Amino acid sequence: MSQAVATEELIGRGNRDGKRLFQEWFAGLSDTAASGGQSAYVFVMGSLCELLRTFDLPIVFPEINSLQTAVRKVSDEYLNLAEDHGFSPDVCGYVKADYALQVRGGEHPMGRVPAPSVAVLTNACSTYIKWAEIWERMYDIPICTIDVPGARRQDDVGDYLQRDIDYVEHQLRELIQTLEEVTGRAFDIDRLREVLDRTNDMGRSWRRMMAINQGSPAVYDAMLDGTIYLGVANALRGTPEGVAYFRDLVKEMEHKAAQGISPHGVGVEEHRLIFVGVPCYPIFRRFYELFSDWGGTFVSSTYMWFASGGLHLDFEYDLTRPLESLAEGLVRGVRAATDAMLFQDKALIEAIDAYGAEGVVYHPVKSCRTVSTNLADSRRVVLESRDVLCLHIESDMMDKRVVSEAQLKNRIDAFFEGLKSRKLRLDHSAAATPSAH
Amino acid sequence: MTPREVARTGGAGDQGAGETGSESGVSSAGRILQLGPEPSLDEALAACRDLVEDTDFPTVRRWREGGGKVLGHFQVYFPEELAHAAGMLPVKVRGAPVERREADSHFGSYLCSVLRSSLELALTGRLELDMFVTHPICDAARNLAGMWTRNLPEPSQILYFPQNPNSSFSGTYLREEYARVLSDIEEVAGRKVSDDDLRCSIAVFNENRRLLREVYAIKRETPWLLSVDEAYVLTSTAGLLPREEHNELLAGLLPLIRDRDGRQQDKMRVVFEGGFCEQPPLDLLRSIAQFCYVVDDDLLIGLRWILEDVPTGEDPLADLAEAYLNKSSYSPVQHDLRKPKEAMLLKRIRDSGAEAAIVSAAKMCEPGLDEQVAYSQELDKEDIPYFLTEFEEKMTRFDHLQIQLETFVENILFE
Repeated sequence: MSQAVATEELIGRGNRDGKRLFQEWFAGLSDTAASGGQSAYVFVMGSLCELLRTFDLPIVFPEINSLQTAVRKVSDEYLNLAEDHGFSPDVCGYVKADYALQVRGGEHPMGRVPAPSVAVLTNACSTYIKWAEIWERMYDIPICTIDVPGARRQDDVGDYLQRDIDYVEHQLRELIQTLEEVTGRAFDIDRLREVLDRTNDMGRSWRRMMAINQGSPAVYDAMLDGTIYLGVANALRGTPEGVAYFRDLVKEMEHKAAQGISPHGVGVEEHRLIFVGVPCYPIFRRFYELFSDWGGTFVSSTYMWFASGGLHLDFEYDLTRPLESLAEGLVRGVRAATDAMLFQDKALIEAIDAYGAEGVVYHPVKSCRTVSTNLADSRRVVLESRDVLCLHIESDMMDKRVVSEAQLKNRIDAFFEGLKSRKLRLDHSAAATPSAH
Repeated sequence: MTPREVARTGGAGDQGAGETGSESGVSSAGRILQLGPEPSLDEALAACRDLVEDTDFPTVRRWREGGGKVLGHFQVYFPEELAHAAGMLPVKVRGAPVERREADSHFGSYLCSVLRSSLELALTGRLELDMFVTHPICDAARNLAGMWTRNLPEPSQILYFPQNPNSSFSGTYLREEYARVLSDIEEVAGRKVSDDDLRCSIAVFNENRRLLREVYAIKRETPWLLSVDEAYVLTSTAGLLPREEHNELLAGLLPLIRDRDGRQQDKMRVVFEGGFCEQPPLDLLRSIAQFCYVVDDDLLIGLRWILEDVPTGEDPLADLAEAYLNKSSYSPVQHDLRKPKEAMLLKRIRDSGAEAAIVSAAKMCEPGLDEQVAYSQELDKEDIPYFLTEFEEKMTRFDHLQIQLETFVENILFE
């Protein structure tokens, strides 16, 4: 295969395949809704897909459903309906969009979402718990909350990690009993081994992909492309399709790295940035362009850490003790996710060094207190510790009423002007400094 | 106990409340609520009100000046017995209506006030602590441990209460978690805590909870003797005083309240819901009291979280964990399949003989605002009248709320 043909076939394949797989997955959910089949509702942080797949339960991610209403520009319809039913404008937009979706019988711009037979959640986000209580009231289904204790403090060394793992394992055994009752199927530990093995494979690809972006130029944008990858990583976690997708994705990224192909062209890279928070989905493409038009590339994002279900961690399930290892993976994954939101400054500083970032963009949103509460505070620590520029902009991931594109643009433009003048200053001072040799 | 005995005052160096056997507790636990000689009930209530509204936390200051150490715990519930047994003063960190000069720049925009004002109190030195504990009651509050660590010298941490209390393993987990926190407390307090220390502290807090139940019994049975704002300051001072001192205060005042010369008025009996974390201003409670008898509420529910005496058995940490899980009240921030919040609210309304509910939430409080929807839908179903409102700890004008509330009450009375 010629270089040109290889490039043409490979470039953008991850995004194309990602969209196709995502649509196929959603079509499957629509089929389940049409046939009245069972489904499990889960959340991205601690989804326990591996366990649910062993019971052949179609998996619904209400967070993904909700964000898709924003990406497809119809979130306001859903938010308005929920607010008509009494929800405050000030609470999580994901919850409200899902509430309205349930009221509308699962109607969604990508198809139809089946009603839940069981909900499985962790406490990675406190709002998950309030959210599941809504389904509890609506559907009278088993609500299975797996309590996963997080880091107790900054720089928690995890002295009590094994105790937490034992606690979670105990809860998983209780969950298995519930799933057996809900589905009428017996738990098959060998199937769990198979699914865990596939997740291990996906994790290796995910980490390789993240490592590739540490090189220059970066080969994908962690906010724009990263959101597609995250969608597949969650929806197809532990499946053969997921394994194949990420193996292909690594090939694409390695090819791009070898050829120096960045999101801005061959060998082009102006500003390496890190994104902190959740994207602005109501104007997703435009939001990306506000940065990319200036030559900005998000080389990494905390989103790809906390929403990847722990795939970014150097951890693999031990297939000789699947259930114990699933508990350990859940504890480590959820803890890493919450650390990436509650105690993220140290990890950010490490990422700035690893990715050679010159700027950090903090994007707190109205809808999510978990990811947004401490960003202004964390920024102070990062600024004190590294010579980078930081931008702090607020909007929302669902509610376009609090998205002011003009204001965002003003702030973002000023940020890039600062980055550019800083670069000029650094270039001048480097030129003015006599060589040591 | 007479008002004079209640009012016996002294500086931080006074001895007196050392029943716990804790060394630093004895040295620091002279009465720190400064009342004049022979105060009347009204004077004692006024002193409590002043203390609750004093954003300089004079009792905490006096405790520290006497050499005592302070553990601040953010809302809603904390097993204060652990700090008490180590001779520390457990103080409820629940914000304050202060002007925020320093804290706001550390936060994003869409957050409740109590979070910001709590950090403001610490950053400005109004509330000095030796240890801080927060809880994952909501997505905002659990961020406080990191923010405290980044900005303040005292050690801070998160105590993870089980969010799956229906698991058969949750009691074991919580007992171990209490042991972990106790070990950190011991390090700060500079002393080991024995099981006997814990049992003594549990006894002190059992007495406190019994007295608070009496306060609420008066509200429920003879609400004309104790308005919601008065009951609130009596309860609230528990989070600001050594608990032995608070016990003495309540024990002295309760008979005076029962003997009060009050007359029943034609006011509606209501339950106030929504005060589990951020606290409404006292003037808001006074405004409600003009029109209603608040016969039950969830104000500072953490101080009344445990509903029965905690046993003082072989393993006091296990006893405390068991009480948290199985002998406790409810709030929007605890998920327990046995306690659907709307069913618990209905129970509170029926048990207290209330005719209506005030379903409130602090502005930007996600759990409170979410729960308002469930509460109102259930009250609609049960055809129980309710008044829906939001508040903020810093609000100062209540005329609009008063008009709305008056209209609500009249609509029901003349229906």
